Amino acid sequence: MIQAMEAERPAPAAEGAVPAVEVRGLSKTYNGGVLALDDVDAVFPQGALTSLLGPSGCGKTTLLKIVAGLLPASEGEVRVMGRAVDGPGPERAFVFQDFALLPWATVLRNAAFGLELRGVPEAEREAAARRCIAEVGLAGTEGRYPHELSGGMRQRVGLARALAVDADVLLMDEPFSAVDEQTRRKFQEDLLRLRGVERKTFIVVTHSIEEAVYLSDRIILLSPGPGRVARIVEPEIDRTLSPEAIRRDPHYLETVEDIWQGLRDFVE
Amino acid sequence: MRLFGVRLPMMSSLILWCVLWEVAGRLDLVFLLPPFSAVLVAMTEIVPTAGFLRATWLTLGCFALGMALAVLVGVPLGVLMGRSRAADRLLGLWVNLFLSAPLSALVPILMILFGLGTTTIVATVFLFAVWIITLDTQAGVRSVAPSLLEMARTYGAGRVALYRRVILPAALPEILAGVRLGVIRGVKGVVIGQLLVSIVGYGALFELYSRSFLMEEFWALTILLFAFALVLADLVGRLEKRVEFYAGAR
Amino acid sequence: MAARTARAAHAGVGAAGRRLRKDGTLAWQAASVLAVMLAWEIAGRIPINYAFPPFLAVLRAFVEMVLDGSLVRAFLVTLVPLVLGVLFSTVVGVGAGVLMGLRRGVEWVAAPVFIVLQAAPVAAIIPLVTFVYGIGLAAKTVAVILLALPVIALNAYKAVRNVNPSLVAMCRSFLGTRRQTVQKVILPDASPVIFAGLRLGVGAGFVGVILAELLITPTGVGDLITYHRSVANYAEMYATILTIVVVSALCLNGLQRIEARLFRPERREGT
Repeated sequence: MIQAMEAERPAPAAEGAVPAVEVRGLSKTYNGGVLALDDVDAVFPQGALTSLLGPSGCGKTTLLKIVAGLLPASEGEVRVMGRAVDGPGPERAFVFQDFALLPWATVLRNAAFGLELRGVPEAEREAAARRCIAEVGLAGTEGRYPHELSGGMRQRVGLARALAVDADVLLMDEPFSAVDEQTRRKFQEDLLRLRGVERKTFIVVTHSIEEAVYLSDRIILLSPGPGRVARIVEPEIDRTLSPEAIRRDPHYLETVEDIWQGLRDFVE
Repeated sequence: MRLFGVRLPMMSSLILWCVLWEVAGRLDLVFLLPPFSAVLVAMTEIVPTAGFLRATWLTLGCFALGMALAVLVGVPLGVLMGRSRAADRLLGLWVNLFLSAPLSALVPILMILFGLGTTTIVATVFLFAVWIITLDTQAGVRSVAPSLLEMARTYGAGRVALYRRVILPAALPEILAGVRLGVIRGVKGVVIGQLLVSIVGYGALFELYSRSFLMEEFWALTILLFAFALVLADLVGRLEKRVEFYAGAR
Repeated sequence: MAARTARAAHAGVGAAGRRLRKDGTLAWQAASVLAVMLAWEIAGRIPINYAFPPFLAVLRAFVEMVLDGSLVRAFLVTLVPLVLGVLFSTVVGVGAGVLMGLRRGVEWVAAPVFIVLQAAPVAAIIPLVTFVYGIGLAAKTVAVILLALPVIALNAYKAVRNVNPSLVAMCRSFLGTRRQTVQKVILPDASPVIFAGLRLGVGAGFVGVILAELLITPTGVGDLITYHRSVANYAEMYATILTIVVVSALCLNGLQRIEARLFRPERREGT
């Protein structure tokens, strides 16, 4: 079993008085009686990137969708900036595993779609969308359609759409799982850079230990059947190093190994 | 198909068949089959006549009205069935029944309910076209990616926006496929309706030509109708192609 | 345009059939049928139209017509050309379709004809059939073939053309001859779609025989409909039409069950 040996670490400097998202006593039972989450408590500090990590069936996507307001909780509550929520809200934006782009709309309209649904005038929302498209490195593709883009580029459009609505919290459901390995690494680096610029709160669901350690300020490990918080890890990677150096950093490798040793109990 | 190294387009063999028709007609091989060239001559003769033009306008009017009704009823019904499980279970049985039933057997009912006139023909077109439009719309609405619906919700889409900006555009390829098949069925409907009513439009012309053994005119009218059906289906098919790129993408 | 027309035509109807089976919990269907019967009865009692009898009157007419034998006799007359026409269309259609799928030359010559016949309102030619074949069995059989043959042939053609190419490549890589490839891979892989085409062909055959009887040859079910209409026996007329619609639906449903049993073991539960 995993000991909660690192749970007592001091909070990261970016954390404010109120956590961006707070989950208290959350349980989720699906129709048919399957218990997916059992009494989960979790805190997602402001400005931090927190990963939800665990094997399939640990309820990490369920937890993210409850935070997003896409699924109702069976018990417990979700607080966003201190306020209890029970549905989607403008302060949270979701990035989908399969991108969820409108295939009939251009990159520009897709990136602006969140604002379009909020009734923002066309000129204004397109200006915001153009800015975010440039920010994710897709400048020049505004007039193209999703089917003309690679998987990695499509997910960048999904990210631009989430950035365009200027939400405080970005919820990402396995955002890199449908793109190839090379794109994935580049994307991870870009996400780190973006984090530095945007000062938003990120919650990322992933099943990749390396990805979680590489990206996160804080990793919430979930154990499966039913999903519970098993352990919280704060990797404290030195972000001033180059990506290559981080991946060779003994501390990084140790943390990955440590998490793997804990997780293999669930997999076997 | 290649002949002497030249790629022949698919439908080009129809020319060969027309030549065969001409030969068979000239040699009088098949009963009631005049040479193809004679049919073409008859076509140029009947097209400008007042009777033909009147019948054409009547047919086009009935067809357009019946199709419009079929789309106006079929698409909302299909959306309802695609979104509501209860509606699907209650109505699915009937939609499927009428989809494959011999609808021409129902035309006599339409004739006594709506009389021997244009109303019956409009109703026939509607009856023939509406079910496939309903069914394809339902299939299209049902196949909208769940993540698109979730995406719309997370960005705060209201009910109207959800349908107008996500569900209907996403189902458009299937809806258009349904309309195209509906057009093909509707053309059959307008012809069968007129043949059975047989006192208006092309039905009356067919009756006249076949009773008087005017075979050139009969075949000319048949070819025109066939061509009309194919051209119409092709037009909707082209429209469909413009949205096809994203039907395959999901 | 042509190939797409055929493909979509099949996809639409095929999808319809599949849904009928999947969603068809018996209770819902019974409730739905009862609701329609009730609505019909009420609409007939009002009445919404002098020529719209209530459901119970139609039911009574149906029972009477079964008892006096007229309905059964009419159906026997109608089913003979239907069966003959469908049998002929099956043999010729499947043969032609498979050949079109296997040989480019045959495809080029024959496929466009079937495509035109499937998309065009062939009903227009049916009156002419009478002049050639009289008003008997032959004319009705020809009408059935005119409608059923293109559907069956095009489905068989499409089935062969859409055979999984990696299966064909597999057979060739294990040094299978052309004959073996066709016999052991192409035909088995194509058979579900070919069979679905037969089902659609039977549906088209029903349309053909009814049209022929309504338009040209006053015999069988079509004659029964025309006769009762002419003497204003509306309940009898509705009963006849309802019966032919239900018989064709049951027929197609039965074929669909056979299809599921033969080719789709994964969906066998609940049949």
